[in-house]
Amino acid sequence: MARAAVPGRLNWQVATLATAKVETATAKTLVLDVPDWPGHLAGQHVDVKLTAEDGYSAQRSYSIASAPDGARLELTVQRIADGEVSPYLTEVMEPGDAMALRGPIGYWFVWDPRSTAPVLLVAGGSGVVPLMAMIRAHAAAQSKIPLRLIYSVRTPADAIYADELTQRSVASPLEVTYLYTRAPAASIRAPAAPDPTASAGPIRHRSSRINADIVAEAAWPPDTKPAVFICGPSGFVESASDLLVAAGHDPAQVKTERFGPTS
Amino acid sequence: MSIISRGFGGRRRPGSDRLPPGQYLESGFPVLSAGPTPPVKTQSWQFTITTETGEKRGWDWRQFMDLPAEQITTNIHCVTKWSKLDTHWRGVSLDTLLADVKTSAGYVMARSYGGYTTNLPLPDLRDGQAWIAYEYEGNALHPEHGGPARLLVPHLYFWKSAKWVTGLDLMAHDRHGFWEELGYHDYGDPWREQRYQGD
Repeated sequence: MARAAVPGRLNWQVATLATAKVETATAKTLVLDVPDWPGHLAGQHVDVKLTAEDGYSAQRSYSIASAPDGARLELTVQRIADGEVSPYLTEVMEPGDAMALRGPIGYWFVWDPRSTAPVLLVAGGSGVVPLMAMIRAHAAAQSKIPLRLIYSVRTPADAIYADELTQRSVASPLEVTYLYTRAPAASIRAPAAPDPTASAGPIRHRSSRINADIVAEAAWPPDTKPAVFICGPSGFVESASDLLVAAGHDPAQVKTERFGPTS
Repeated sequence: MSIISRGFGGRRRPGSDRLPPGQYLESGFPVLSAGPTPPVKTQSWQFTITTETGEKRGWDWRQFMDLPAEQITTNIHCVTKWSKLDTHWRGVSLDTLLADVKTSAGYVMARSYGGYTTNLPLPDLRDGQAWIAYEYEGNALHPEHGGPARLLVPHLYFWKSAKWVTGLDLMAHDRHGFWEELGYHDYGDPWREQRYQGD
């Protein structure tokens, strides 16, 4: 497979918070200015380092949410209640505050806008973040490659980027199937498809965990040889990738990124 | 570079003095894999050491289980920042597996079911530093974590401890494995924070 050129040493850089956008009750997007940012590919991540006044420091990795765009970088951070870094990023950091960051990292879980295979994106919770970078890069490239996103969240209120996904599904060949794992079908608010079992339109809503029926309905058929990207909590990624391989997808075309309990 | 983050106090936890730089203590066991978990049956499992001259030494599962095993208690450090302290494993020492292998190779490429590879210096697999592990915390190693058997080289970042390992190719010259080709460090010492090429 084609691989991107991997640059040399990754130096720590200063990232300054320009603005922060509330996405859900627990997720925020940090819009950062990184003057010497070398650019990135859709799907990559960065390492973030926070340093306290006494020199103590903590590092975590966060996926990049934005398509490549000069010195601007967006990270969407899900706040973990008992975490160490995510509560700082989502609740304490203010515009003008700076932190250390290095990247881009990860040349495996990346989508190349020049590729021609249909794309299947499968997200569990905040695993949608690097996949959103791919959807945005697809739009920026005005690609005609069809995209499908299967997006599993607990309830509709937990879905990040819902409005933008609706807009993009109208403007580009993007279909989205939401899976709600904690909400009864009757309670689902479904602006694009008022009947939650309707299959018309680019946005669908299902009250279900991911399973073989969902894969049959919402994924590309294996004979279309899609490029598959799955990101989410480890258990979700394990289930989704097993289901896709069982449905006949080539394991070599299924790329995964998993996060465990990360704080 | 050290930029003070205004209002960041951090949260030091007991045991953090045993952590390499940039790591945090994790109580769960997160998974890092680049693709689906390959189904590996012990009935067809094979483990082969191939020297730089092409000589092979191989074991099937039954033969492997007859080898002397060791209990290992060790800390593990993942490049994605989590570390676990005092994990318990059971496996066969690479000293045992390499005992009858004649080689002057300096490096090893570990190969896994599913196509994963990672490169290491051969001396790092000797002298009680590395095992092929098949039990974790008293149970058969779960497929998600590399079962039925994985390489265990706990003094290096954990991507070097190849899951679903099926072979070691001894090499006269170093070559990049899967993550190393994609920008990760060739050696990967957590105490020197060698995460990426150039660190």
